[in-house]
Order: sequence, then C-alpha cells, then structure tokens
Amino acid sequence: MVNWQLYLLMFLPLAFVIVFNYVPMYGLLMAFQNFDPILGIWHSQWVGFQNFQQWFHNYQFWPLIKNTIALQLFGLVVGFPVPIILAIMLHEVANDKIRRFMQTVLYAPYFISTVVIVGMLFIFVDPQTGLVNHLIVSLGGKPIFFMASPRWFRPLYVFSGVWQGAGFGTILYLAALTGVSPDLLDAALIDGASRMRRIWHISLPTIRPIVIIMLIWSIGDIMAVGPDKAYLMQTPLNLSASQIIPTYVYETGLLNAQYSFGAVVGLFNSVINSVLLIIVNFIAKRLTETSIF
Amino acid sequence: MEWIRKLPKRSTKGDMVFDIVNLGLLLIVCLIVLYPLYFVLIASFSDPTQVNLGHVWLWTRHFTLEGYKVLFATGSIWRGFVNSLLYCALSVAISVPLTIMAAYPLSRKDFVGRHVITVILTVTLLFSGGLIPTYMLVRSLGMVNTIWALILPGAVGAWNIIVARTFFQTSIPNELLEAAKMDGCSDIRFLIQIVIPLSKPMIAVMTLWVVVGQWNSYFPAMIYLNNTSLYPLQLVLYQILVQNQSSIGITSSPESMAAQQHLAELIQYTAIIVSTIPLLVLYPFLQKYFVKGVTVGSLKG
Repeated sequence: MVNWQLYLLMFLPLAFVIVFNYVPMYGLLMAFQNFDPILGIWHSQWVGFQNFQQWFHNYQFWPLIKNTIALQLFGLVVGFPVPIILAIMLHEVANDKIRRFMQTVLYAPYFISTVVIVGMLFIFVDPQTGLVNHLIVSLGGKPIFFMASPRWFRPLYVFSGVWQGAGFGTILYLAALTGVSPDLLDAALIDGASRMRRIWHISLPTIRPIVIIMLIWSIGDIMAVGPDKAYLMQTPLNLSASQIIPTYVYETGLLNAQYSFGAVVGLFNSVINSVLLIIVNFIAKRLTETSIF
Repeated sequence: MEWIRKLPKRSTKGDMVFDIVNLGLLLIVCLIVLYPLYFVLIASFSDPTQVNLGHVWLWTRHFTLEGYKVLFATGSIWRGFVNSLLYCALSVAISVPLTIMAAYPLSRKDFVGRHVITVILTVTLLFSGGLIPTYMLVRSLGMVNTIWALILPGAVGAWNIIVARTFFQTSIPNELLEAAKMDGCSDIRFLIQIVIPLSKPMIAVMTLWVVVGQWNSYFPAMIYLNNTSLYPLQLVLYQILVQNQSSIGITSSPESMAAQQHLAELIQYTAIIVSTIPLLVLYPFLQKYFVKGVTVGSLKG
C-alpha cells in the first residue's frame, strides 16, 4: 500500500477512541445486570429489565426530569439572546481599540473554573457576610439564604452562567457580522437609514442563519448538561431543585455504589440526548443545509 | 469625544445618540463582568472582618498580605498548583499529537476508510457510555488513584479531530503534497516538516483548549483520586471554597479557632486570585488565535 504511513498514524488515536469511548458503551450491558465490579461484566448476574423498572417507578423519576429540563430551558431562554445582543452592540463600536479591549474583558470570565465561579457565588450571596445581602439589608430588606433555597438555585445557576459565558458566546456572531456586505451598508447610508434600521434590516438578516443553527443546536443540547456545576451548588436544603439527572447518577451510582442502577439512569439520559440530537440535526439539515453529521 | 466615532459625512444626530447609548451600555456590561473579579482582588488584600462587614467594596480596608503569606506557606495549594501544571503539560503532550495523528489522514482524500473512521468518531459525539461504565473501565485498567485517570480517558476527542481535519483540508494546498511526493517525501515526513509548521495557529488553539480544560476541571479528579498528594489545584480549591475546609495548621483553643476562621475566609480570596491569574494573563495573547479556532470549528464542522 502506498500510503501505509497514514494508517500507522491513525492506529494509536483510533485505539484510544475504541478503548475510552466504545468500551464504556459495551460496559452499558451492566444496566441489565446486578453488576459487581469484582465479578465484572462477564460474570455478574443478569437481571433483565429490573433496574429499568426500578428507575421508571422511582419517586424521583419525574422530579429529576423536570429539574434537568427546567434548568436547561431557563438557561436557554435567558442565555441564548444575550450573546447575540452583545455581539451586535460590539459590532457597532467603530473604534477598534475600544472594541478589542471590551472583547478582551468580556471573554475573560470564560477562563475561570467552575469551582471558582461557584466559590465566588457562595462568597457573594452569603447570608451574613455576602455583598449581595449587605446591599439588600442596606436597602431595608431581609437577608436571603440564597444557597439554601430551592427557588434561587436555577436563577443563580443560569445568571452566573450568563456572566461567565455570554461574552465568549459573541465570538461566532461577531465573525458572522463581519460578513455584512459593505455595498448594502453604503446603499442604506445613501438612503438615510438610521443605525437602528441598519441593524434591523442588514445586520440581523446577515447573522440569521447562524442564529438559527445555534438555536437548534442549543435545543439539541438540552439533555447534555454535566454534573460539575450543579453538584458544586448543591446544599442539603436546595436539593429539590438542584438534583438533576447527572448529579443523581453520580450520587446513587458511584457514591452509593448502585452501579447498575446508576448506569440505567445515565443510559436513559444518553438515549434521550441522542434522539434529540438526531432530530435536531435533521431539522438543521432541512432548514439551513448545514449539519454536523 | 472624537474617539467615539469618526463620523461619516451623512451621520445624523440620532446616530451620535446611538453611539453614546451603545458605548454606555457596553461599559456597564464590562463593569458587571469586571466587578466581581475586582472585589475578590481587593478583598484578598483586606482584613476579612472588614470584608465580612461589607466595608470593602471600592478599595482595600486595613491592607494586609496575610492571606498571601499563609497561602504560600500552605502545602496543599502549592502541591495542587504543581500537580495541575504537570497534568496540563502531560495532557498537551499526549492529546495534541494524537489529535493531529488522527486528523491528518482524515484530511487526505486518498486515505481509504476515512468515511468509516469519520462515522466511528461521529458516533462518539452522539452517544456515550456515561459516567458509571467509564468509571468501571478506568478502574479495571488499574488507573484509579493515578494521574492517568485524569489524562488518558479524554485525551482523544472526536470534536478536536474534526476541527483539526477541517483546518488541514482548508489550509494545506494539495499542490504542496504533490510537489513533496515528486521529491520522494514520505507521508510522515510531509506531516512533520510541512503540515505541522503551517498549522501553528491551529495547534496553538488546541493547546490552549487542552490547558484550559485540564486546569479548570475538578470532577474527574474528585471521582478518581483518593490520594490528596495527587490532587490538582481545582480539587484543593473545591475544599477551600465550597467545602470550607482549609487545612491550615490544626489547633483547638477557642481563640485560635476564631483566628483560623479568619484565615480560612481570607485564604478563599487569595486562592481565587492565585489560581485564576495564570489563565487570565495568558489568554489575551492567544485571543486572536482562539477566535479563529472557534469559528473554524463551528462554521465548517
């Protein structure tokens, strides 16, 4: 073979993908077992759909689904428009230096770790010492126990997420906005179109395709939330809102060593996620002729 | 005010108002983004009692370097810092070459089987075994409580391969390969001597992502590591910031308990500053590269 070297290159990374991505898929067989790590997949006892029944009849089943979807939908509704608006505002800043400086500032929080973000959240909303509660008290209100309140979990999660990610989220839209046709802008200027009108009739239509793609993909990612941040923000008192499927998988599956049951809950989440992604990809293909796969 | 905008001739009064309002709003947004970071910075130099009373919000009060002194004397943070540096370096050294090794063949039209491999990769974007089976795999490979559990499972990601492949396809001219082949250059030599030097921006972005991902992650470390001497910085921070456990000296007399609480609070701010500064200082230099990286990956993926 002429290009055998290409196959040589491919070998090691492909082996990694097989081992670390495909072997765990095979490991999902444990969902149908009473899995014992000492016996392994080969020797553990098979129990059919018993773990699935246990999950579907679990009193936490609906609350967990509701918490997961509510958190993600809230994040989508609040978080999706912000980068678009910010990108348009930044695009309208004519002075390059000021714009670049602002971009540098706005991207920065993206590079802060989840642990630090949540740590800062705890510091700022502390009922006795936090700045937020000092402000509430000085305005005549009563301090709020934010981290102990299920009602506040989603707003805190989502708004800290927007604080962290909205600036970075402008990158794609800003790139798309550079595609605004200068001829169109000149024509609009000659016709005396105001800035708002130019944004409305020229900038927004220019980025519409990318906005649609991003929206479709965000919907597809609704079930693709990780446990990291929610787990950090959990306190015994806010669990009724902060327990989502991924944190539940970790806590029951690993911490309580109910491996098979945890695998079932994780599988349930993955299947819904895949179905969503396939549907969303199909829609994206139809609407915009772009697709990820 | 001429810095606001070099006004084009037909610019109206309305446009001026727009510019001022727009800039004003953006300035407020920037302040909202910066203020929490600024607050942590000034709080790290202030007396914690003053911070807790809400007296620190614009400038430091009762300036002190105590937090930094204690932090620098605390073994766990330093060890975490060094561990994280090591894990980042190892991740880059393993992840970046492997990604390129997979991406380059996939970018070649004469690589028979690239469609099959692309499908194999795409499936991993769609579906995964999930936390428990992955944990069991890592465990059966004997990697629990070793640094490899943090580095190997995520070393090769389909998404990165696709981004790199797209980069090679769009920025390495086919004529180069043909010319090199005429001169008897092998595929691997062509990759090393021609393709990689031409791909520096992409490699810089990928390196940045690997470093940021590794530096900021805590979850794998939390589930795989028991040995505290292997803890990366984020897990040490987790103990300090979220669990409120900082192991700074162990005493039990009431007054030193209070003093310890005092230090524990102070050290939260200094820990945030010390752990966050490296990336925040590093990233503006790479900004123009990663902007390119994000757009290449998403628009043409």
